[in-house]
Amino acid sequence: MNDILETARNLRIERGENFHDSLVESIYSEAAKIAKDAVSTPDSNIAFRLDKTVDRLVTSRWLGFPIMFLLLAVVFWITIVGANYPSEFLSTLLVDLGHPWLQGIFLSLGAPSWLTGVLIDGAYLAAAWVVSVMLPPMMVFFPLFTLLEDFGYLPRVAFNLDSIFRKAGAHGKQALTMSMGFGCNAAGVVATRIIDSPRERLIAIITNNFSLCNGRWPTQILIATIFIGAAAPPYLAGLVSAAAVVFIALLGVSLSLFVSWGLSKTVLKGEVSTFSLELPPYRPPRILQTLYTSLIDRTLFVLWRAVVFAVPAGAVIWLISNITISNLSLAEWFINTVDPVAVIFGLNGVIFLAYVIAIPANEIVIPTILMLTVLTIKAAGAGAGAGVLFEMDDAQTAALLKQGGWTLLTGMNLMIFSLLHNPCSTTIYTIYKETGSVKWTVVSTFLPIAMGLIVTFVLTTIWHLS
Amino acid sequence: MSSGACEVCPANPNATLTKLGVDYEKYDFVIGLAGNPNTGKSTVFNSLTGLRQHTGNWPGKTVARAEGAFEYSGKKYKIVDLPGTYSLLSTSHDEEIARDFILFGNPDVTVIVADATRIERNLNLVLQVLEITDRAVLCVNLMDEAKRNGISVDIRALSRDLGIPVVPASARRGEGIADLLRMIHRVAIGEYVCKPRRIKSLSPDIALAVDELTKKINKEYPKLRNARWVALRLLEGDQRMIDAIKNGEFADTAGLHKRESQPLKNRPLNVNSPGVDV
Repeated sequence: MNDILETARNLRIERGENFHDSLVESIYSEAAKIAKDAVSTPDSNIAFRLDKTVDRLVTSRWLGFPIMFLLLAVVFWITIVGANYPSEFLSTLLVDLGHPWLQGIFLSLGAPSWLTGVLIDGAYLAAAWVVSVMLPPMMVFFPLFTLLEDFGYLPRVAFNLDSIFRKAGAHGKQALTMSMGFGCNAAGVVATRIIDSPRERLIAIITNNFSLCNGRWPTQILIATIFIGAAAPPYLAGLVSAAAVVFIALLGVSLSLFVSWGLSKTVLKGEVSTFSLELPPYRPPRILQTLYTSLIDRTLFVLWRAVVFAVPAGAVIWLISNITISNLSLAEWFINTVDPVAVIFGLNGVIFLAYVIAIPANEIVIPTILMLTVLTIKAAGAGAGAGVLFEMDDAQTAALLKQGGWTLLTGMNLMIFSLLHNPCSTTIYTIYKETGSVKWTVVSTFLPIAMGLIVTFVLTTIWHLS
Repeated sequence: MSSGACEVCPANPNATLTKLGVDYEKYDFVIGLAGNPNTGKSTVFNSLTGLRQHTGNWPGKTVARAEGAFEYSGKKYKIVDLPGTYSLLSTSHDEEIARDFILFGNPDVTVIVADATRIERNLNLVLQVLEITDRAVLCVNLMDEAKRNGISVDIRALSRDLGIPVVPASARRGEGIADLLRMIHRVAIGEYVCKPRRIKSLSPDIALAVDELTKKINKEYPKLRNARWVALRLLEGDQRMIDAIKNGEFADTAGLHKRESQPLKNRPLNVNSPGVDV
């Protein structure tokens, strides 16, 4: 055994440093020879030239980024507009009809009111809300995104972003893991395995949360629609809302770069490693197959996860809204206590509490906020009582939130805070598993919260000055 | 290449294919699925196992091993989808997973999926795999795309030069999967004996060094199937290989064909968690 290692070492010293190069050279020359004998390529090639032309456009210095933004905006716009109708249908079915029906069943069985409360008004409604709000945008967004992915656009995005990421001291492949994060941050964190250097991988993990994930898109889209879109003329509302969401997404990308740069200049100093990125050929997407797989693999998968988290959260919401200490519910105690602090950041106690309840899943932030708002303003006629989640159309939601003291500023701050807060518990756990370090898990968790508070504080201060 | 109708014909050997998904306990053969990034490995994997690993048109999608199973002609196969790599010579994480599996996982057949439109570059990996293992099948995938680009590939010439079966396929359309299965089966049961091409053009002094070391390794571990590759790695000073010899990992795995799960020695950052795909 030692003899083998000894011999290897001696031979290595004898043959010098060039062993690797010489081996690689041999492999390449043999591969070239075999390929020459077996492959014939035509001199002029129309399909190949077409690919080249498209590539020159989408990765061009001047057009690359505008095309990217435009594609993103179109995808969001179709999502926002297209998701409206199925959303309405689902909420009618699950909430307007399903909820009273289930309540009736429980009533006829003679179930105690607290049981009906926890199970039907809490757990069922939370799940129904998540389904009717999350499913339609996902049904539109995922197939569109998957089509872009199958077509071969993602590597071009990485190609465009590569030089910027390198200037920020990060690995060019971080552009790819960041794109994955737009779907799910936990998946994005796992995807950082494609980055070889531990330093750059850690940067990619910490900054992945700055990619808006599935769970946060609906929040962004809803708030943009009812606060920012509503501030624009009606015929522009859809476009303006889409632009606001794109802006938040791009803010996330910029912050991702900024934090990467900060980390690589301070605690994670080191060389930028080079890599080669292959631009795969454009492939005409197989549309039916894409629709099927994106529906089964992504939409239903994400939806199921959301429902699984929404059910216990719904029960918790109902409980904290109905367990009272000296005439105030637990939820109200919390909201009243943190409200003075939250106002400094242009937010409110309801939003803070919603983000505590929604640590398991960002998907349930909006339903929680609405329910808690009803609770605090004791809105007459809206909803169905304390701790009961409900579904309303956008106009009603806007009216309710404004009644709760929300302004355009609150809406903007919520969009920012939705981008900049702790990752969901699944992602936090994934970060811990991937880094094996408590320290970096804590950094990844609290850094975004600190940044979110700073940005909302600055924005609120400027807003009040002007 | 077989057309769509043949794929569903009962006379097709594919008809004896049973996709087992992840539902397997015992199996007769282990298949490793290697290849350059973005050549359609996961698509091939899915059509063999009936699983639906997410596939996407970008390199680096599969970052860990994914496993599945199928039954063909009465034999049960476990198949492992490895991360796509351009070579097996560097130290990056994904390459290490692929390399370790082919070397220490002792697959009965290694299927290399190659991109028909980029044969030359794909062959670099094929040649490296053939240094490690005797039993391999090359699946030249994306033939439809090659056709679109006017590229023609001489499958028989490739097979002759490489000394292994070569199967043309368009996995996205399900074409060629039947032939691939038949070849995997024939190699696995020993009906087709590969005579894999070994890198010949090494400079004389290096070739001599490799031979010398290979002999020593063969003497120490007579059951080891890929002594030459180990020699190459040791001459490169691959620390992982040196460690494997020091800690006796070779004695554990070399030549012993275990039928139970064969744990790879874990590296940090748990590369081994099954089926993680992004």
